[in-house]
Amino acid sequence: MAGLDVRGLSVSLFTRGGVLPALSEVSLSVQPGRTLALVGESGCGKSMTALAIMRLLPEPPARIIAGQVMLGDTDLAALPERRMLGVRGKAVSMIFQDPMSSLNPVVTVGDQIMEVLRRHEGLTGRAARMRAAELLALVGISDAEARLDEYPHRLSGGMCQRVMIAIAIACRPAVLVADEPTTALDVTVQAQILELLKRLQAETGMALLLITHDLGVVAEMADEVAVMYAGRVVEQGPVDAIFAAPLHPYTRGLLGATPSGGTAGRHTRLADIPGSVPSLAELPAGCAFAPRCPLAFAACAAQPPLATLAPNHLAACFAAQGMPADAAAGA
Amino acid sequence: MLRLLRRRLLQGVPLILGVIIMNFLLIQAAPGSFLDVMSAESQVSDPAMLEQLRVTYGMDQPVWLQLLKYIWSVARLDFGFSYRQNMPVLAVIMASLPATLVLMLASLLIALLLGVTAGVVAAVKVNTIWDNLLSFLAVLFFAAPSFWLGIMLTVLFAVKLGWVPVGGMMSITASNQGVVATVLDVLHHLALPAMALGLFYAAVYARVMRAAMLEVLSLDFIRTARAKGLGRWRVVLAHGLRNALLPIVTLFGLQFGTVLGGSIVVETVFSWPGLGSVMLDSVSSRNYPVVLGVLVFSSVVVILVNIAVDLAYLRLDPRIRAR
Repeated sequence: MAGLDVRGLSVSLFTRGGVLPALSEVSLSVQPGRTLALVGESGCGKSMTALAIMRLLPEPPARIIAGQVMLGDTDLAALPERRMLGVRGKAVSMIFQDPMSSLNPVVTVGDQIMEVLRRHEGLTGRAARMRAAELLALVGISDAEARLDEYPHRLSGGMCQRVMIAIAIACRPAVLVADEPTTALDVTVQAQILELLKRLQAETGMALLLITHDLGVVAEMADEVAVMYAGRVVEQGPVDAIFAAPLHPYTRGLLGATPSGGTAGRHTRLADIPGSVPSLAELPAGCAFAPRCPLAFAACAAQPPLATLAPNHLAACFAAQGMPADAAAGA
Repeated sequence: MLRLLRRRLLQGVPLILGVIIMNFLLIQAAPGSFLDVMSAESQVSDPAMLEQLRVTYGMDQPVWLQLLKYIWSVARLDFGFSYRQNMPVLAVIMASLPATLVLMLASLLIALLLGVTAGVVAAVKVNTIWDNLLSFLAVLFFAAPSFWLGIMLTVLFAVKLGWVPVGGMMSITASNQGVVATVLDVLHHLALPAMALGLFYAAVYARVMRAAMLEVLSLDFIRTARAKGLGRWRVVLAHGLRNALLPIVTLFGLQFGTVLGGSIVVETVFSWPGLGSVMLDSVSSRNYPVVLGVLVFSSVVVILVNIAVDLAYLRLDPRIRAR
């Protein structure tokens, strides 16, 4: 089974007001059976990355302008749309944030699952229906056979997300992209859905690209973490290293701004990151985080490269890379 | 489903009663009566004779009594008598109803096929030359009055090109040429009036369909369908269309009445022997029993069509079924 290897992916938004860099040189890699969590604030490009991988970007205005999305030996970014149709839902699947609105309200759950089986597996009639029922049972929906004829509005949010997962894994994809799969769900249901994803991953050995802004979910699920800020990956590494020794000041800020569950009764002021995320139209030259960064110095006016600073642990920060202030001034 | 049907049918009764009372009183308020026209045409001026006629037709009675009698007779499916055709009003209506139904159904079929197709194409190709072209045509046909469009179509296709006849419903010779030839002959005559009546509604449907489709195409489940690897048109037709059709179905029910009204104009332009022609003739000859009969009958038809639309909604949208 092939993993997913994104190399130097850049996406721009071609708007009336000009060309905006939505993603800049994003590189990610997730191996079979492993989970990569992609974290960052709203608007940092997490979902855009997922849609670019799926080639489901809203075109126009968005367009991939550089980079590769390697699935095994195939570059998905360069595939003609006709062949990409055979990849989506089969080799690479995706589930979305709001399960209730992600299912077609006027089509039964069964038909929505069978549609993907017909499309990619050539299953029809009785065989498709049986397989759909199997899939529903697999994602933990009881009385699966009867549920096939239900419409989505009769199911809860958690159930709908299970149906979405059933659709996504129907063709045993090599890669599952999960874009905030639990954000819209109750906390207890969240845990069940994450548990389900873990179990399915263990059974099928698929690679999981998990997009979230919830660091609790990251700690629970991820093997590796990539932190995004303003369309760039600013830090990447094993989950333990990221939590124990974050290198990028933005990652440190994110971790500091997370309430810890263990301090019940002890009210401490939550740390925050001063300022706000710059809009794509007003990205500063050089490091986009510099205006909010406590460690910023002259060198940060140039774009820091993503450099390996510890085993498998990369960060794009001059300060973390230990560049002396005077040497960087000339860069 | 049956419960809804029964409830809607019961709700229709007071509605029809209201229609009858309203129209009856409006016609009472209008100056002149068919007796004036009748006596003028047959040159009767003897007051005793006129009084005799008033009594014969019950017009000497107070208005409220006439109204009650009329409601009672309508309840027994008796819409009165037409002196002009010398037969019951219901028979007059039934004789010309098929022609009108054929014209209306053909027009609505054209409107649905052209309108929905144009709307879908415009939405899928939004902001392209196709979208602009279709939107321009929609505005054009939306703005063109149907009598003008009818005349222009006649000038072009019937007079200049000679492809179709200028009017009427069938050739004089058609009736003795067998069923197939008759049907073809009627279709040949039908083409222009159906276009004249249908293009306006096609324009309305196209505009509504485009808006509905654009909205549906931006919804999350469309992205899900694409993520399944479905092709563009399969996504649009299998997932978009069924959701976007709901407003069209509503519109269809609401506009059935106006199509009926519009057919009066178009039938006149094309001398189509339907209810519209009967209606126009009856108005100008003060043949009020027929006018009233057609009004009541068509409101019953519109109410029935709207009940059918409600039932169709149940089939189309499972979320309504649950309520």
